[in-house]
Amino acid sequence: MLGRRSDLPMARDATSRFLPWLVALMVFLAALALAMLFVIGNLLGRWDRDVAGTLTVQVAPVLGEGGDVGTQERVEAALRLLRDTPGVIAARALTQSELVALIEPWLGSSDLVRDLPLPRLLDVTIDPRQRLDLDILGKRLSQTVTGATLDDHRIWLSRLVNLSRTIELLAGASVLLISLVTALTVVYATRTGMAVHGEVIEVLHLTGAQDDYIARQFAERVFGLGLVGGAIGIGAAVPALMSIAWMARNVEGGFLPDLSLPVGGWLAIAMLPAVVALLMMLTARFTVQRTLSRLP
Amino acid sequence: MVRLANIGKRYGAGAEILQDVSLTLVPGGFYFLTGPSGAGKTTLLRIVYLAERPSRGILTLFDTDVATADRAAHTALRRRIGIVFQDFRLVQHLSVRDNVALPLRVAGISEEEIMKHVPELLAWVGLAEHLEATPPTLSGGQKQRLAIARAVIGRPDLLLADEPTGNVDDRIAMRLMYLFEELNKLGTTVVIATHNEGLVARFRRPCMHLDGGRLFADELEA
Repeated sequence: MLGRRSDLPMARDATSRFLPWLVALMVFLAALALAMLFVIGNLLGRWDRDVAGTLTVQVAPVLGEGGDVGTQERVEAALRLLRDTPGVIAARALTQSELVALIEPWLGSSDLVRDLPLPRLLDVTIDPRQRLDLDILGKRLSQTVTGATLDDHRIWLSRLVNLSRTIELLAGASVLLISLVTALTVVYATRTGMAVHGEVIEVLHLTGAQDDYIARQFAERVFGLGLVGGAIGIGAAVPALMSIAWMARNVEGGFLPDLSLPVGGWLAIAMLPAVVALLMMLTARFTVQRTLSRLP
Repeated sequence: MVRLANIGKRYGAGAEILQDVSLTLVPGGFYFLTGPSGAGKTTLLRIVYLAERPSRGILTLFDTDVATADRAAHTALRRRIGIVFQDFRLVQHLSVRDNVALPLRVAGISEEEIMKHVPELLAWVGLAEHLEATPPTLSGGQKQRLAIARAVIGRPDLLLADEPTGNVDDRIAMRLMYLFEELNKLGTTVVIATHNEGLVARFRRPCMHLDGGRLFADELEA
């Protein structure tokens, strides 16, 4: 397709020089937006899987002399209540080292931190298919065990999900906008090309060329330029994405969740040059046919 | 073959460039279209080769009413018409061979056929030595012959030539006219728009005269 003879001298057009670079930029931006879309989608799915069907119970520590024993009694009372509750599959208390690991990113892991009277956390697994009334469970817990509170993750998770969904929507909108800008650029470039080669186009038209014969020449040229630009864009985007992922992995303390791009994301990004080139080809073809349809 | 009935043409709200032009071209005819510069010769030819629509009147080409024919039919009609443009309209980046092959390629003729017929025709117009040359390297006469070769390669039923001898000296003009005569003998209807009165007098063919947008009948031959 790329090496075919053309009746129109488009290789020397100004549009041929700027279009690949513009496409490269668009593909680069689209790759970043797509990556964001996939990373956030992946993250949301993981949060959903991790959090659905789990609860956390927090038990306040007993302070003062013999506090550890008192705290342990509270924990065991809470565990008994939870295990006797229909719909609860499992309940276990996090060990002291697990608790320290949780606050390590903020406070470090010194001996001082280990001696702090930390609230105990109970990890509860519930059957998501059973309708467990969490309000009643929370009340029973606080009435039975002093200092016990139930956290069902719903509030913070819903805020996080809302934020992620917004970012996801913005990323999706960015991809659409980039596609639109690319298409409009192709329309402009094609119309300019048609104006530049108006005389040859008229000769072809008058010698009996069908509109599609002329449109195909523009479409093939634009497809080739789209592929070249797309390859440049992807060539820049892949190292950039790999750098971001590498940097995210190396942030100390685990502040950031896993930002790795799923395989589907890499595949979608790898297909970008072909998809963009195809979009450009169809746009050019449609533009030429539409413009030619106005000729007598 | 070609019938124009009360054709009128105006651009926008301007005066009519062509007024009530009526004519009939019979198959195998050879016609001159004369008139001073600005008389409307080119406009009339453009209407016949479907580059422009008339503002009024009826145009019938090869028994097809152009006004009611669809786009595909217009394309088919154009393939039956060969055009020699006043300014040649050669495609500058294509070789002599590819310029001549253009009408065949747009018609979807196989490359094998094209490669057989194009050199043959180019030899006939004296351009066999210039197959790979591009138009900017050719002389005025060579360009003219190349334009004619491109116009006739598809064996058109109708050949319209707009001032084909306008840019060449008398010797080449005569050679071109003999070329047109040979084509005509092969059955192609030929219309030559020219303001060269000497040429018209010499060849004594039916002549249509345009003046002020009006067509006047020929006195030489009906």
